[in-house]
Amino acid sequence: MVKQWFKSGSPWIWMTGGAVSISLISVLGLLAMIAWKGLSFFWPSQVVEMHLDGSVAKQVVIGEIYDREQVPKSRLEAAGYDLSAYDQEFIERLLIKTGNREYVELDFRWVLSTDIQQQSTPANLAVFERSKNGNFYGYVEQVIEDGKVVENNAIERLYEFVERAVELNDEALDLQNGDIGHINYELERMRLKEKGYVLDNALTDERMAELQTRRAQLREEYKVLEERLFELRKQAKRDQVIVRDMRGELVTLPLYQVLDVWFPNNMSYFAKVGHYISQIGKFISDDPREANTEGGVFPAIFGTVFMVMLMAVIVTPFGVVAAIYLHEYAAKNAVTKMIRIAVINLAGVPSIVYGVFGLGFFVYMLGGSIDQLFYPEAAPSPVFGTPGVIWSALTLAILTLPVVIVSTEEGLSRIPSTVRHGSLALGATKAETLWRIVVPMASPAIMTGLILAVARAAGEVAPLMLVGVVKMAPTLPLDGNFPYIHLDRKFMHLGFHIYDVGFQSPNVEAARPLVYATAFLLVTVIIALNITAIGIRNHLREKFRSLEH
Amino acid sequence: MSSNPQQPSFRTDRSRLFKDRFAQFGISAGGVMVLIALLLIFFYLLYVVQPIFESAKVEKRVDVTLSSAQQYVGIGIEEQTEIAYLLSRTGHVDFYQVKGQQAGGLIERLSVNLDGQVTSAAKSAPFLGQYAYGLDNGQVQLVKPSFLVTFPGNERVISPRLSYPLDGKQLLVDEQEKAIKRFAFSHYEDKTAVIALTADKRLIFASFVAEENMFSGEVEWVVERTELEIDGRIDELLITPDTTRTFVRSANQVYIFDTRYPSDVEQIQVLAANEENANLVGTSLLAGANSLMLANDNGEVSQWFEVNSDTGRKFQKIRAFETSKNSDVDIYSEYYRRTFFTTNNSGDLGLYYTTSEAHLWQGKVSEGAIKSFAVSPRSNAVLIVADDKLSVFDVHNEHPEVTWSALWQEVWYEGYPEPDYIWQSTSASDDFESKFSLVPISFGTIKAAMYAMLFAVPIALSAAVYTAYFMSSELRRVVKPTVEIMEALPTVILGFLAGLWLAPLIETHLPAIVALLLLLPAAMIGTAFLWTKLPEKIQHVIPEGWHSILLIPVVLIVGWVSFAISGSVEDWMFDGNVRQYLTNELGLTFDQRNSLVVGIAMGFAVIPTIFSIAEDAVFSVPKHLSNGSLALGATQWQTLVRVVLLTASPGIFSAVMMGLGRAVGETMIVLMATGNTPIMDWSIFQGMRTLAANIAVEMPESEVGSSHYRILFLAAFVLFIFTFVFNTVAEFVRQQLREKYSSM
Repeated sequence: MVKQWFKSGSPWIWMTGGAVSISLISVLGLLAMIAWKGLSFFWPSQVVEMHLDGSVAKQVVIGEIYDREQVPKSRLEAAGYDLSAYDQEFIERLLIKTGNREYVELDFRWVLSTDIQQQSTPANLAVFERSKNGNFYGYVEQVIEDGKVVENNAIERLYEFVERAVELNDEALDLQNGDIGHINYELERMRLKEKGYVLDNALTDERMAELQTRRAQLREEYKVLEERLFELRKQAKRDQVIVRDMRGELVTLPLYQVLDVWFPNNMSYFAKVGHYISQIGKFISDDPREANTEGGVFPAIFGTVFMVMLMAVIVTPFGVVAAIYLHEYAAKNAVTKMIRIAVINLAGVPSIVYGVFGLGFFVYMLGGSIDQLFYPEAAPSPVFGTPGVIWSALTLAILTLPVVIVSTEEGLSRIPSTVRHGSLALGATKAETLWRIVVPMASPAIMTGLILAVARAAGEVAPLMLVGVVKMAPTLPLDGNFPYIHLDRKFMHLGFHIYDVGFQSPNVEAARPLVYATAFLLVTVIIALNITAIGIRNHLREKFRSLEH
Repeated sequence: MSSNPQQPSFRTDRSRLFKDRFAQFGISAGGVMVLIALLLIFFYLLYVVQPIFESAKVEKRVDVTLSSAQQYVGIGIEEQTEIAYLLSRTGHVDFYQVKGQQAGGLIERLSVNLDGQVTSAAKSAPFLGQYAYGLDNGQVQLVKPSFLVTFPGNERVISPRLSYPLDGKQLLVDEQEKAIKRFAFSHYEDKTAVIALTADKRLIFASFVAEENMFSGEVEWVVERTELEIDGRIDELLITPDTTRTFVRSANQVYIFDTRYPSDVEQIQVLAANEENANLVGTSLLAGANSLMLANDNGEVSQWFEVNSDTGRKFQKIRAFETSKNSDVDIYSEYYRRTFFTTNNSGDLGLYYTTSEAHLWQGKVSEGAIKSFAVSPRSNAVLIVADDKLSVFDVHNEHPEVTWSALWQEVWYEGYPEPDYIWQSTSASDDFESKFSLVPISFGTIKAAMYAMLFAVPIALSAAVYTAYFMSSELRRVVKPTVEIMEALPTVILGFLAGLWLAPLIETHLPAIVALLLLLPAAMIGTAFLWTKLPEKIQHVIPEGWHSILLIPVVLIVGWVSFAISGSVEDWMFDGNVRQYLTNELGLTFDQRNSLVVGIAMGFAVIPTIFSIAEDAVFSVPKHLSNGSLALGATQWQTLVRVVLLTASPGIFSAVMMGLGRAVGETMIVLMATGNTPIMDWSIFQGMRTLAANIAVEMPESEVGSSHYRILFLAAFVLFIFTFVFNTVAEFVRQQLREKYSSM
């Protein structure tokens, strides 16, 4: 009977069905995992105090439980642990994030659950988020305002002081990047201008004097601003907090390095939700810190969006024109058919090939020529002859051109010929028919192509590594300095940020949740774009189907 | 002009017509330009790659008639190849302009400060640009022609001068102050050494080390001298720039000394180095000073370098080059590359590259014997003294290291025990022998793609067949886009998960992966069997075509069980550590980021591509075909295998081709999930480096226009052609199939 059953082929049908299950589980599981790991990072987790004894020296460890795993006892014994007192097959091991990076060798450590003598979550354990050296965990002992110990309401005052310091620091940073950055930018431009005059043999005394006065003026302004900057920094350094850490020692934390403080073990559920949302907000709006392993990803979001928008502006007209040509004007013969296949296949060419092309053709050839022609004064440092955001946008435009062409052509071919014929029969020329009837009807298809192109471009990393992306860009490609849009600048990108932080950073363990969060952000954007595109396309198909009858 | 209803205005029509024409022209021009721009990728890549396959060219630039019939001991040219210099035996250095309008004129004649009568002369390794005179009082004077570049009035002026590497101090080589008949020297970084043959036939090795006196701050020379014993006449002396090896040629014997420790000079090898029926006539060191080049009087030149053997590192003959048949062959090497030139007494010049065994150029450059020869610092010109003339030749030889055989065949590189495929493009030192074998990285590409396909093809095709043929239509409408959305997932995310999540997981749960492979199919068939045993009532609750939803919990449970028992299995079968077991018992090295990880991650990226196309192909098989088969009594499965799959097979083939194209060109996953080591090994537990990842890693650092840069472009070109051809074949097959269906 079993033989009969096998002969009927029914088990093989089940097997093929199983392949679908595996695919579904992996797709959904993957998305769920990224979402879970990315989002849970911002939740204020409990901070535990553990008293250890056993295989390690007697000590107290304070930190967040990061991970748990079951390790076979034999492997631990092979590694030299004495576990004869325990007879389970597996021993649980906890990964603790202890923070306090400057006082302990490792800010992450594995702890055997058998070593934990006592474990508690004291309500007065504080977490300090700092601008240097990561988190700090400990008990607040004293809050010091301008050298004097605060006696009453120390914790409330602490919140107040932290907020004050953060505000002052923000103000100082704004000053530094805004006005002072502006002066530096103008000084640099004047240096180039002077060099340009020298190269043209046009540096007259008059011009020289003009430059000198302007320079002196800028230096004056600079001095004033610098004083203000120092003043702000000095003010920010006013307060300290004294914290008892897990070694039992008192540590003075200057508050100008503290970005936030909270007591996770003492938070209500709503307080936690509030903290969670504010952490997500900071992740999206802040600059990265400490070699990108902490802080936010704002410049990466900005760079990605800016580059992709630039690319969309370039790719849309070209893609649409090429598609209209292929579909409406090109002769319907074997050559057109071959061209069409070739265009479709260009979408399958590896993206790194486009990167190589972009580097060689755009950056070195085109950019190098632009530098020679228009920026001789900047030599030997290149302006456009080096990877930058414009070259990335162009490279990705070529990469996504087939997507737009294919999608637009599909849209054009779905428009029923009766519509066209009707327009022509009423006396409209071909151009008028195209412009008034066909293109508007195909516009959702163009939109779909554009969205798909944007989704593809937002996720590409390999070509960008060659033509313009960097791990840390000091300035955004858009700022308040003339000419406001700096197409020659390098930029940060979410995808590259994932690669860089996950694989090039010195402290991968600390950065990992951040990478998950970044990955989640990127996946959300791309999947949302794709679903929108698919939705528009399906809607369009329905619409034209009803037109045909 | 206003339009009149009675009189239709033709003018308006004309402008409309003009607009129509203009639109047609504009759109056609624009469309064609965009398509040409896409073609440009192909031609641009080709344009960058093409120079590496160009052959070398040597063209005469200028002849300078030399004023006096002097004997020259050394010649050379500065970096811009504008000024050439000749060192005469009497200690004069003549500088000639050899470029531009004044080419041919003598610029300046300088004299070397010499304290004694010149009895011999020698030159250093080319890249050091030093010359030395041996004197009758046992001393040696080092001199270096150098050039000061200034820009008065925005014009480059190069003025020659003489500099003394040792501040003009002469080295006393022979304490007995006998005349030096022949010598070789090297002064490089903090090492200075001379090997000299004196008039009374003693062979002296002398090492000079400058030591600063701690108290006075004066520099004192610490000299160590060793007399070397050699029977027979001494023809040639050579010393490596780092002074670790000294070579003495005596007729057909080459004596090799280890001179690393001046106080303990040791003879390490004697080579009987002549070819059969020939005698040695010349020796030279190749750039980098690892290779000894020996010329025979039958025109053959052999390359020797040290190779590890049972008895330590020994010089061994590696390869030989046939040059023009002539009994008087001289060998000259370049500054940094492994190119060498041969000259002879009938005016022939030959140009060779050792690593790629390439014979680059051969030609007659003078009537009489070539007396002196030098290569320019940038290897773009050579100088020749022959027939009392100084001739400058421009040399176009940018990429001698790239030949078909160097890219695709085994090459014996310096210091390696045997010929091998190696990719090692850069190093810290200038005189590094670049190893440009594309074989290991092509191998890596194929390996990665193969493991990915091994994982992806069964799952993707089975899933496609089920979704298209068995699945209920409402479920299909959800499942298909869900799987397809995977295609849009950025590969950097897959790579990151593979490298940071999957790789450690597999490392610690290797048995679980094997268990999954065995248990999953078994569990599926088991479930299927149990399902038939269930009462019909329950079977009917779930409609046909929902098998895969039923199987989801099964897969999840099996997955969980596999991982849960993984540790115990490891404990029980492999003493608690699979990695150690693999290494110790099976001799397999285990990299954390290995082919298994890449196979799974990249397979994952490829599944949606294959799934989507294959599903379309199966789904669009005309229904009357399968209905006919079913009506004739075939089961569903028989109909699928014998009718549907057979009809859809071209589409399935094209799906696999598309998937392969994607796997071959994938960059980020391979970059992040492997160690990127260019090794050649099929082991599933080791990594690889692929063409695409190699480009991503090395392109940003490669110098524009260098051989390395162009080879990376070649790699990109290969990828382009490869995927383009695959995709075109697939697309073509698909279109044929579509036509076939529509005629059915």
